[in-house]
Amino acid sequence: MSSSAEQTIKTEHLAVGYSKFPIVNDISLNMRPGELLVLIGTNGSGKSTILKTMAGLLQPINGQLKILGSAPGSLPKRVAYLPQHPVSTHTLPLRVRDVVAMGRFAHLGLFNKPTTHDNKVVENSMRLTGIDSQANDPIRDLSGGQQQRTHLAQVLTRQAEVLLLDEPTAGLDINGRKLVAELIASERAHGVTVVMATHELQDAEQANTVMLLAQRVVSIGAPEVALRDEYLRECFGFTQPH
Amino acid sequence: MFIEPFANNEFLRFSLVAGILVAITCAIAGTFVVLRGLAFIGDALAHGVLPGIATAMLLGVSGVIGAAISSLVMMAGVSIVSRRFRLSGDTAIGLLFVGMLALGVMITSQSRSFVGDLSRILFGELLGVNTRDLILQLVALVIVGAVAFVARRPFLLLCVDEGLAKTSGFSSRLFHNLMLMIVTITVIASFQTVGTLLVLGMLIAPAATGALFARRISIMIFIASLVGSVSTYVGLLVSYHFDLAAGASIVLTAVLIFAVAATYTEIKKTITDNGHNEHEHPHTHAGSHIR
Repeated sequence: MSSSAEQTIKTEHLAVGYSKFPIVNDISLNMRPGELLVLIGTNGSGKSTILKTMAGLLQPINGQLKILGSAPGSLPKRVAYLPQHPVSTHTLPLRVRDVVAMGRFAHLGLFNKPTTHDNKVVENSMRLTGIDSQANDPIRDLSGGQQQRTHLAQVLTRQAEVLLLDEPTAGLDINGRKLVAELIASERAHGVTVVMATHELQDAEQANTVMLLAQRVVSIGAPEVALRDEYLRECFGFTQPH
Repeated sequence: MFIEPFANNEFLRFSLVAGILVAITCAIAGTFVVLRGLAFIGDALAHGVLPGIATAMLLGVSGVIGAAISSLVMMAGVSIVSRRFRLSGDTAIGLLFVGMLALGVMITSQSRSFVGDLSRILFGELLGVNTRDLILQLVALVIVGAVAFVARRPFLLLCVDEGLAKTSGFSSRLFHNLMLMIVTITVIASFQTVGTLLVLGMLIAPAATGALFARRISIMIFIASLVGSVSTYVGLLVSYHFDLAAGASIVLTAVLIFAVAATYTEIKKTITDNGHNEHEHPHTHAGSHIR
């Protein structure tokens, strides 16, 4: 686990985008263990692009980006990424337990056999996300919300120090959303740094830092600062009810 | 009627063994073709080997060498067209597919026995397999099985999400290419048996049947092997008794088995869906940490 003095995510004038065409420029931030950064914006505002760049799936176009002091994507055991709408194709003959266990592959590599500890982590992750009763069901038979819980359990199984979550509450009902908030709080209490993309303003309540995006950084700071009415109006065209 | 043809005919026994070896190899490679959605590139590879085999036949060398060179050219071509010209993978595969097929037909047309050679490449010559072919198919099965076993974790991740493979520390490009390599080896080892035109049927139909029932990849491969082997046996029997093309009989049997299996699962699903209402009552234990 990172020491409290360590910076888990550090960016300086970072520009992210696709094929050398930047979507969001000049992102500078420092995150420490246990902190939560919430990225909020409309579709196409750059939230997922930032997360993919942090996960090492896209190259930074400009500026500096370090995750746990290393290049993004170079520490798969210590950084976990939940993509937006993870694929669960109808043909995949996998049980929920198998999908969750895939979260341990970064630790196991090609040749190591899963240990008792690995199996215990898988069981605990399923229990925490409330999907343990469906452990032996084929994932293709589950509802969208249950599949999302399964993918969340897979991310937790990584036991990472940094969680990059792209719309983790998508497809979840009110209980599911509450569960995600509790899981994030629990992970943070153990020093895990979390970056979460969302459309929902209420997801930002527990954040240390909120970044409001509209293909640029509209505002960044503590929730009460970053979510001021003038910024929300600029970003979404409306303000939240008081 | 069911055993006698194989007991009395050495050619048929050889064909059965060859067919089963091909069925198991196709089951392993086909499982990943189905799960990763590689059917089109599998089809293109199967046809892309045609010019290599045709050239090898004209030069009097092994068709396997020609097929291997041809598939390498095909894969390099797909990679260059899709990367350099920013065309979709499908477009690149389609271009190379028809280009290689046309080239193969042109080369074959230089042969004195044009129709016979082309037919042999496209539809196979299962009843003409010899000991050397069997050894080659056994080697192909061992290589494909070993690669699939060693790379099972990244292969599985790739089937779910390419980004998941990459963020789990596996090179998605390396393992994608390795997956294509086992498909290519399977195509090369199978063209003698079922032909380049029909090998896709053996790659897809048994694996698709396995996907209908299996809850684990290993079970899917097992079911696909079983369906492929049964198709080989039934196809050879049909071919023997009714004097029909062996390769086509085998592939058609595999497709029919899939049709029956799919109908069965659909009826079963309808009955189950009518039998109970879905309720989601997840119980959660958030707040504790998993470390």
